[in-house]
Amino acid sequence: MSSSPASSSPSNSPPANPEPGFNFAYLDEQTKRSIRRAILKAVAIPGHQIPFSSREMPMSYGWGTGGIQVTASVIGQDDTLKVIDQGADDTTNAVNIRRFFKKVCGVATTERTEEATLIQTRHRIPEIPLQEGQVFVYQVPMPEPLYFIEPSRTEANKMHALEEYGPMYVKLYEDITKFGRISLAYDYPVMVNGRHLMNPSPIPRFDNPKMDMNPALQLFGAGREKRIYAIPPYTEVKSLDFEDYPFAVENWDHACEFCGATDSYLDEVVIDDRGGRMWICSDTDYCERRQQERSGTTKKLA
Amino acid sequence: MPYVAVKGGERAIRNAEALLKAKRRGDSAVPELSLEQIKQQMQLAVNRVMAEGSLYDPDLAALAIKQAWGDLVEAAFLLRAYRTTLPRLYYGKPLDTSEMAIQRRISAIFKEAPGGQKLGPTFDYIHRLLDFKLAAEDNIFPAPASEEYDATAATPRVAQTLEQEGLVIPPETAVNQSRTEENASQTGDIIHSTGEGQSPDIEPFDITRQSLTTPTNRDARLQNLARGDEGFLLSMAYSTQRGYGKNHPFAGEIRMGEVEVVISPEELGFDIAIADIAVTEVQMVNQFKGSKEIPPQFTQGYGLTFGYNERKAMAMALVDRALQAKDLGESLDGPAQDEEFVLYHSDNIEAQGFVQHLKLPHYIDFQAELNLIRKLRRDYEQNTSKSESSDGWQKEEPDEMESFA
Repeated sequence: MSSSPASSSPSNSPPANPEPGFNFAYLDEQTKRSIRRAILKAVAIPGHQIPFSSREMPMSYGWGTGGIQVTASVIGQDDTLKVIDQGADDTTNAVNIRRFFKKVCGVATTERTEEATLIQTRHRIPEIPLQEGQVFVYQVPMPEPLYFIEPSRTEANKMHALEEYGPMYVKLYEDITKFGRISLAYDYPVMVNGRHLMNPSPIPRFDNPKMDMNPALQLFGAGREKRIYAIPPYTEVKSLDFEDYPFAVENWDHACEFCGATDSYLDEVVIDDRGGRMWICSDTDYCERRQQERSGTTKKLA
Repeated sequence: MPYVAVKGGERAIRNAEALLKAKRRGDSAVPELSLEQIKQQMQLAVNRVMAEGSLYDPDLAALAIKQAWGDLVEAAFLLRAYRTTLPRLYYGKPLDTSEMAIQRRISAIFKEAPGGQKLGPTFDYIHRLLDFKLAAEDNIFPAPASEEYDATAATPRVAQTLEQEGLVIPPETAVNQSRTEENASQTGDIIHSTGEGQSPDIEPFDITRQSLTTPTNRDARLQNLARGDEGFLLSMAYSTQRGYGKNHPFAGEIRMGEVEVVISPEELGFDIAIADIAVTEVQMVNQFKGSKEIPPQFTQGYGLTFGYNERKAMAMALVDRALQAKDLGESLDGPAQDEEFVLYHSDNIEAQGFVQHLKLPHYIDFQAELNLIRKLRRDYEQNTSKSESSDGWQKEEPDEMESFA
């Protein structure tokens, strides 16, 4: 654990010249246009998966190539980019993706949720509410919510077309009969705009309610599976549940060790080999800002 | 708490890269590999990387192999990522492999084929004994002079003999048959002209520019297989031979050599040969007992790869034939006949990424899973203590947890 002034973070940086030798944002303009067309279709049909001609990126499939291609297609020189993984700006994968966009775009970057015009995420939605005008890009490993019920995409496409979502409800019902509750902790399926069943990407169910009527534009990119989908601003997003088993988010018996928050998603950190634990905010920006407000100093994991 | 694995930041990433470069170079007292050495002496590795990297460029493939520390899948990945930055300027005209400058050509179905047979450089009949003399350097191996074989003369394909008798479906017909419903251009991203020799209303699918969706057609399937993982295709092909979608194949013809790549830019209005590339082409002849609509005849499986890549080309031909089961109305009983299964799992660039992404931090989802399993265990313990007193309904142990994505 170390204490440091909040302003010294390398993640907040002004715009700079991109490295020569690449087109702005790596992709050529034709490719960007084709991805933007897919995004427009996706916005027009909230929650519906649009096939797109995903390209090989200089990072592996499965490491955020879908989100990276979506970000690369919508980013402009005046954007301020924030990249998080697991809620944190300083995880290696977030650092790596931010580094990539600095290299090929030279855009300004920030850790502050409300300062960003464009946010790319893996597995979390920030605790600070998103605003109108922001674009929020999810990295998606498995866009198809039905894949563990029906592995064939040919069949799953038919099920979406016919709105045949009964098997998903049956699966949730079976959970209740088996375990007394719905045993999905993340990747919790949602119904978008009352029509399309959608996989929210592996965010914890804790974050699901944040998608509903969100003022920001939410875009989802699955590079390996070559699908894009979207939730336009102020769209209804409902987590699947039953009248007698309403959807609920998880809560903790602890507060954040650093900032005392009781309303945020907490990471359990193993601190010794005798079973010692502490709980801290997964959203590092949120946690550091609260600490600043409370004490003027910042604690974070070394 | 000295070490938190997933929070490293830029310095750790930079150091990891520097360490990799140092390790890759090995002992600096040993001379560094040159690209020319890789290109000349590891040609089959270069060929595999070009095929799976989906880019014909032996120099870049050699660089990729050097950069990837000899890891051929990683090298193919490097080529693919580079390929993304290249614009698609033209579509070539269909390769005319009957005009191939042949280095090797064999047929297993006729003792003599017009144009003759030629073994060429092959491991086939070599005793696989370690050649300890090769361990010494400065070996010189003169190539034998080729006799009575005009490599520049056109060589008709063996399958044509069968086509003339109507015993085998020519490939063009097979493509058209499987194209009753036009679903290939549904993403509508590209408009381009097709080469001659194909009916003009059919635009070949382009898996590098369109999103592959299923069900699909043979053009998309063949493209997918041509850059699919050699190991995967080999196993899939092998499974058909062992009974999972059995369809006995004969090696109608295998040929390897150089062919001309021709483009015909609309703005010029004439053909230009832009390159000679080495390819391996395989035509398998398979039995087909016929159906209500189609009389008994032979069918074909087709394989084509960049470079000399015979094992892959043969495997591809077997899998191509297995995937025609749907169009021929055969029963689907093996994974190699399942279009979705084969096409969506053949690409090693996709597969290596997703398998290895499990290395990325997943602690948010794991936390959610921890919370859930603790709740489930609390429920379980409460129910067990209740049922001990009442001997009533008992909860099952949770037996399936969702995989981490």
